[in-house]
Amino acid sequence: MTALIVLFLAAVLLLTLTFLRRKSPAAFRKIEAYERLNRAIGLSVESGTRLHISIGRGNLFTARGGSALAGLAMLRRLTERTSLSDQPPIVTSGDASLAILSQDTLQSGYRAARAEDQFRLTSGRLTGLTPFAFAAGTLPIIRDEGVSANVIIGELGAEAGLLTDAAERKNADLIAASDNLTAQSVLYAASQAPLIGEELFAAGAYIGAGASHEASLQTQDILRWLVILAILGGAVLKFLGVGF
Amino acid sequence: MMRVLTAALAIASGIIVLLGYFLRQAFPLFEQLRLLLTDWAVVIAAAAVLVGILNLVSVQMEKLRNRQPGGLYGALLVFALVITFGLGLVFGTDHPFLRAAMDAVIVPVEASLLAILAVTLVYASIRLLRRRADLMSVIFLLAMLLFLIAAMPKPFGPIPLVDQLILDLTGILSTAGARGLLIGVALGTLLTGLRVLFGMDRPYGGN
Repeated sequence: MTALIVLFLAAVLLLTLTFLRRKSPAAFRKIEAYERLNRAIGLSVESGTRLHISIGRGNLFTARGGSALAGLAMLRRLTERTSLSDQPPIVTSGDASLAILSQDTLQSGYRAARAEDQFRLTSGRLTGLTPFAFAAGTLPIIRDEGVSANVIIGELGAEAGLLTDAAERKNADLIAASDNLTAQSVLYAASQAPLIGEELFAAGAYIGAGASHEASLQTQDILRWLVILAILGGAVLKFLGVGF
Repeated sequence: MMRVLTAALAIASGIIVLLGYFLRQAFPLFEQLRLLLTDWAVVIAAAAVLVGILNLVSVQMEKLRNRQPGGLYGALLVFALVITFGLGLVFGTDHPFLRAAMDAVIVPVEASLLAILAVTLVYASIRLLRRRADLMSVIFLLAMLLFLIAAMPKPFGPIPLVDQLILDLTGILSTAGARGLLIGVALGTLLTGLRVLFGMDRPYGGN
């Protein structure tokens, strides 16, 4: 019952705030990683280099699917913004369904930017089906394909360390986030501007993906405060000996 | 028209699965539909693996054709893929050759990558303060060092009380921090799912 109430509340807040945000866009705090990302997009278009976007290996049938969907939403916006570039972005993933969806998202992005002829089926790649196979398949792309910036957002594990190391060796920009705690600690140590926790899901709002992404971020903030209040309230009640 | 239809189908499927999950006792029909749709999705995902492998092959062949760096490795990959796939189809996945391919190739290669990863992470930790010399980085490194000291085997055996104290302290802090992060991730996942359910995000090429 509690889950249903939370779901209903989140849905109502999301719809209401999306309606409000369409009239007046929200202002958010600065997140260095997303500022770097916006800079990297501009630089890659200007210098004719490539953007490498990795959306991880989140299986859509598991709870990890959320980060994969967030990565796809970001990919859609990035495709539109880089559609003018001579070098189309390369998208890598470690899950077959995700690879197909990434190709579809790339095509949609180009179509929206009226540049569908830029789309190549081989731009959306499945690089491996196990964590290390995925990393091993992605490393040559970071190294050999003229990549100036790497955006790695999605479900990853400790293998993220290999990708960050390859990006650093090529002196390429790196914006990385994961919903996995192991990967978050690896990325914290290895990336220039780490994204922690739910900041992964803020990507859409920070790269101008639309009112629904801004509303989603605000709904998350409201729900987070409610969770904090519930935890504090529960602690106080427990301290007072009130059981429920 | 097609885009509207795909969006309507995706949204309807999502709502049915959700209703089947929450109202399984009140409306058993939704539960049956949920299981049916999930079964279909599993079959489609299995077919997607084959499509993904074809994509892998076409990317590697394109590399070879265009004489890109690593093209020969790509050819080797495709050759190994064809051989193992063919043998798997003919003899089944329990055949000794396929077991040997797993035990003698994939496991050692992944273990080697794991070993490289360990060195890479140590190197990244050493460079952390050069990359970002702030308070959080110092705390991160300090916590990591303390945990390593307490958890690693020592030639003179565990340090009485100190090891356990460090493990308890870092354990409490890291558990609290991890829960905070996971609550944030769960809320993000919930909202991302709702955006897809309402058709605001259409990762299936619907807009």
